[in-house]
Amino acid sequence: MNVKVRFFASLKEQFGRDSVVVNTPFAPATVAGLRQHLCEQHPGFAKAIAEVGRLRAAVNQDMAEDDTPVGEQAEVAFFPPVTGG
Amino acid sequence: MLRSKVMVQEADFDVSSEIRWLRQGLPEIGAVATFIGTVRDINENSTVRAMTLEHYPGMTEKALENILKVADERFEITSAMIIHRVGPLYPEDQIVFAAATSEHRQQAFLACEFIMDYLKTEAPFWKKEDTPEGARWVSARDSDDSAKERWEKAD
Repeated sequence: MNVKVRFFASLKEQFGRDSVVVNTPFAPATVAGLRQHLCEQHPGFAKAIAEVGRLRAAVNQDMAEDDTPVGEQAEVAFFPPVTGG
Repeated sequence: MLRSKVMVQEADFDVSSEIRWLRQGLPEIGAVATFIGTVRDINENSTVRAMTLEHYPGMTEKALENILKVADERFEITSAMIIHRVGPLYPEDQIVFAAATSEHRQQAFLACEFIMDYLKTEAPFWKKEDTPEGARWVSARDSDDSAKERWEKAD
């Protein structure tokens, strides 16, 4: 599968990257699966999410949960809880 | 809802002209409820000299438009809008404007509060404060989650 993953705010700073492209022969299929895959492929990501604490995600620019499906060519994002307003 | 708009911008906004935009040509409106969020110079016992608002372009607009759509389904409102600023901001600056109009005040008040409660937990904005102790990301507040949850209980 080919998925673009974006990072924002403190997670982007901790990880030191604003996006990665995940290109795997298998499909992580859900938000939790993709997060696990990123942790395995990028030790810096695992360290960053431990620093950030609570993490939220979006799939195709909608708020998502751990079991939200991630389709081919999806745009996924990980970020800390939002603090606008 | 007859009229709505969402704006995400660096520039400041003029409340009077936005209220005019909400009301013009809609004489059935009898109530306008507005909320303006502003930058405080103190947060969690530190002086805030400035803040930077980051967002997720594309998702931000989509999330805000969806909040207005849900507000419209839930309340009898005639027009509504959200303006949210991004980029560098300083104490006393305006950050956010949320407004709703209706025939009578209750629906406008409720819709305006609903819009802000959802914006606080669903719209992808992040604040980073510049304090004398250094820059720091603002933490989300549990009270914002509970403010949103009370609308879910009311369903």
